[in-house]
Amino acid sequence: MKTIAITDYGMGNLMSVQKACEYVGAKAYITGEEEGLEKADLVILPGVGAFPDAMKLLKQTGLDNVIKAQAAKKPLLGICLGMQLLFDSSDEFALTEGLGLIKGDVRKMDAGGLKIPHMGWNSLEMNGECPLLKGVDKGSYVYFVHSYKAHVAMRDDLYAFTQYGGEVAAVVGHGNVYGCQFHPEKSSQTGLQIIKNFIEL
Amino acid sequence: MLAKRIIPCLDVRGGRVVKGVNFVNIKDVGDPVEIAKMYEKQGADELVFLDITASHEERRTVIDVVEKTAREVFMPLTVGGGIRTTDDFFNLLRAGADKISINSTAIKDETLISRAADKFGSQCVVVAIDAKKTENGFHVYINGGRIDTGIDAIKWARRAYELGAGEILLTSMDTDGTKDGFDLELTQSVCNVVDIPVIASGGCGKIEHFSELFMRTNADAALAASVFHYGELSVGEVKRDMAKNNISVRI
Repeated sequence: MKTIAITDYGMGNLMSVQKACEYVGAKAYITGEEEGLEKADLVILPGVGAFPDAMKLLKQTGLDNVIKAQAAKKPLLGICLGMQLLFDSSDEFALTEGLGLIKGDVRKMDAGGLKIPHMGWNSLEMNGECPLLKGVDKGSYVYFVHSYKAHVAMRDDLYAFTQYGGEVAAVVGHGNVYGCQFHPEKSSQTGLQIIKNFIEL
Repeated sequence: MLAKRIIPCLDVRGGRVVKGVNFVNIKDVGDPVEIAKMYEKQGADELVFLDITASHEERRTVIDVVEKTAREVFMPLTVGGGIRTTDDFFNLLRAGADKISINSTAIKDETLISRAADKFGSQCVVVAIDAKKTENGFHVYINGGRIDTGIDAIKWARRAYELGAGEILLTSMDTDGTKDGFDLELTQSVCNVVDIPVIASGGCGKIEHFSELFMRTNADAALAASVFHYGELSVGEVKRDMAKNNISVRI
């Protein structure tokens, strides 16, 4: 059975992520320690809240460097804010440096008059092949809640997007590092499939 | 395209679903987890647990319900009823709830909206409004529709939005229980003054009421209880009917 370390740095609902991982057959545990991340087969970086707060907490605990080191060794999945943290920077409140694992930046959404946050079920459009999306059909719905979106610098790093007043990056990845803007742990069968695919990486 | 949401609402007391659910394939009609799973299968987009527990001592039971449900059901869960403090928010969110709905407490102390939004994010703060038409427009009612606060419901919705609410759960006391359809006038009046999602509740009795709501107002979601619980309609049926009317829906 694969083990998943769910990174605890004080942000977000970690339990739902843990339950979803367990449901699809992994051993998942919540940890804020380097050792915990080191011994896992895979790492998840979850997160709900603001980018600057999250980066501050990651830096304070030294987890920023730990995650970067782990990402070189094993699959890493960022969820929601956790996905945004993978990028170079964000302009949420103040320009803040991110983990820099995927090229690009995070900016406030401008959805052309549509309501912000972008909240609810929206459908996926694919951009190339991605192991995370194996068995997930084009048009599948997943659950989003966010007000900022990632601008991926390299088109090849974008695996799926959704439409909300323009293109919104939904699944991104570079090498071993993956990110979902939506919440797979709240996206019913489609979300569970994505988590299952992650475990099988 | 963002889908319009269909949300069944379950009344929970002492950890059990009350107001009997009438399904054929369910062993325990009072078990929240079993009912939640059943709705997930039908294609529900979200679930609301309304805690109608009377005593404070039993509060813990709704947390258990959320914990157990979140272990097996992977869609957004909202909990409402009896929430008074940001600690209540914390405990429910930690148990696996995604959104917390507040009603009369928000009227008595509107700072709870902003305090909760600052602490946990607007996305998890739902302000529930029970409204009824009066000679002077729609008023906010509390205590299950028994007390007229005299507060203008449309203005209150706007105020809640400004304070940081992430969503409005709007129940019409006029249409609730009538099965004559949603309150389109009330719903659109609120949609006009807020830039956050509005969930319409109260009055649906027939399948066409859902499409009517989404074609004639800007509501983002519809909440219903009895039509689903008594098996009069399934969530799947409702969604297929909406799709036929070209409403964006997750099937």
